[in-house]
Amino acid sequence: MSTRRLSMQGAIGHIGTILVTLLGLLVLTFIIGRMMPADPVRAMVGEDATRETYEQVFRSLGLDRPLWEQFFYYLGDVLTGNFGTSIRTGQPVIQDILHVMPATIELATFAILIGAGIGVPMGVIAAVNKDRWLDHVVRVLSLFGHSMPIFWTGMIALIVLYAKLDLVGGSGRMDQFYIGLVPETTGFLLIDSLLAGEMDVFWSAVNHLILPAALLGYSSSAYITRMTRSFMLDQLGQEYITTARVKGLSNRQTVWRHAFGNIRVQLVTIVALAYGSLLEGAVLIETVFAWPGFGQYLTSNLIIGDMNAVMTCVLIVGVIFIALNLLSDVLYRLFDPRTR
Amino acid sequence: MSVTTASRLRVPASVYALRNIVLFLMKSPTSLFGLAVLALLILVAIFAPLIATHDPYAQDLANTLQAPGNGHMFGTDELGRDIFSRLVWGSRITLTIIFLVSIVVGPIGLAVGAASGYLGGRFDTVMMRITDIFLSFPSLILSLAFVAALGPSLNNAIIAIALTSWPPIARLARAEAMTFRNADYIAAARLQGASPTRIIVKSIVPMCLPSVLIRLTLNMATVILTAAGLGFLGLGAQPPLPEWGAMIATGRRYMLDSWWLVTFPGVAILCVSLAFNLLGDGLRDALDPKQMNRR
Repeated sequence: MSTRRLSMQGAIGHIGTILVTLLGLLVLTFIIGRMMPADPVRAMVGEDATRETYEQVFRSLGLDRPLWEQFFYYLGDVLTGNFGTSIRTGQPVIQDILHVMPATIELATFAILIGAGIGVPMGVIAAVNKDRWLDHVVRVLSLFGHSMPIFWTGMIALIVLYAKLDLVGGSGRMDQFYIGLVPETTGFLLIDSLLAGEMDVFWSAVNHLILPAALLGYSSSAYITRMTRSFMLDQLGQEYITTARVKGLSNRQTVWRHAFGNIRVQLVTIVALAYGSLLEGAVLIETVFAWPGFGQYLTSNLIIGDMNAVMTCVLIVGVIFIALNLLSDVLYRLFDPRTR
Repeated sequence: MSVTTASRLRVPASVYALRNIVLFLMKSPTSLFGLAVLALLILVAIFAPLIATHDPYAQDLANTLQAPGNGHMFGTDELGRDIFSRLVWGSRITLTIIFLVSIVVGPIGLAVGAASGYLGGRFDTVMMRITDIFLSFPSLILSLAFVAALGPSLNNAIIAIALTSWPPIARLARAEAMTFRNADYIAAARLQGASPTRIIVKSIVPMCLPSVLIRLTLNMATVILTAAGLGFLGLGAQPPLPEWGAMIATGRRYMLDSWWLVTFPGVAILCVSLAFNLLGDGLRDALDPKQMNRR
């Protein structure tokens, strides 16, 4: 049997696994949605509705059906792209989420650039200086980033860098008086402001973005550093590195061209996974910085008990995670000749 | 540790390994720091009534938002409560969370993992698909969803965290169990007529235990941060409980003028989570430097 066929079979098995996981994800969000203490009917009809209205809405939502039947309705709805309407805004939930998503993507993308920018060099430095003091410094620094409660670091940074020193912008995506100045074309403020030619807005946005992105990036760099270090140690212990050194290559060439060249694919997969984990930090950091993104949307709806919105948010996070896992797997298979 | 020596000297070998691990940890300054902080946390929690200078719930509306010093080491909060005393009593809440999550997550993860790894087949497939679903969320997001469903409270936060943290443990126990499944001593037990349950309980579980304990230690940092995050979002411990995350949440309104309200609880969370991370990191080195961590 050719290896190509083997890997095809692997891919089909993989897709099957993903489908099963997605189905399980839907079951999970469905169960969570049904466990919610908030009464969805009451939320829609209000407190003073008559019993008849209540019953009517109850039935129109399909809540009188058996649970498994309700699940199939839910499944059908999700497959046709109907995630329900938000109780608060009265708009389709998915529309609300698409509206807030760019703010989070902007934040997360900058964060991952910072995180990888710190994490990868730190990991390489730690591996090259294994068990020497630089290694220990890097380890403590990265564990520190991993251990800090990010909502707290955000507040301390706001107190020091914004309130006391006035170095960066405060909360929100831009200064108050710029709000509404730039038409929303893509939703990505940096791009929109450039398109509109509003450089003041652009710099205000950068000024507001830099602090939350740096904090998120620092917290995600712990994972990236640790993995980079461990990948590099694997490579540096191999014989071709000794050969390269014996040939008389400089240390820099051996480390960066030979060893680092071989871990690039693995790194891409790690960074993809770290990007997904940023969503977790984003929920907290968006609350602290009043960042109008996905995380804030999720938490504000949690508190008011908007079931459709919460379920959809959780579902989206799960799908993003699975997609990133798949992406990193595909990248790995595609670029690493050893998996062929 | 090879399989053959492990089977001959099962209990002594693990005791021996444990002593080696502790000795190894003592040699590393960072792990030693972790151990020291955790020991301090436990002592503070036990002797909280003796250490606390004030009643953590006693309001003193004449002395609200007092800066540190002046009879209040870490200052007072918006209701005039002594922040130091609240932190000291809050250590009990932190330890409770850690303890309850561990005693739920450890056994569940161990049982599911050991059974899947040993039995294999359909049971294994189903169990691993379930862990896949749980692992496809960052733990905070899933905990958030569970707390939203159960209603915000400290107990529900603990339940939610426990529900979301068993899958990595199960994965690990499964991997361990699979390496032991075909060992000679398991085959011998099977030939003697031992039932699968007996083999899992008596032979597989003890072998998975050390790595599961280490993984639990490593997880505790995440557990603490998740619990604090839930408290901060108002979905975990509710006021007036002196939970550190909730203290930060209430202090947030006053943070620009009264920095001490948010600073000290945050330092406490940071220290404990750092201690667990340093300890876990040391443990990982002590056991297997190549052991990868999924999260």
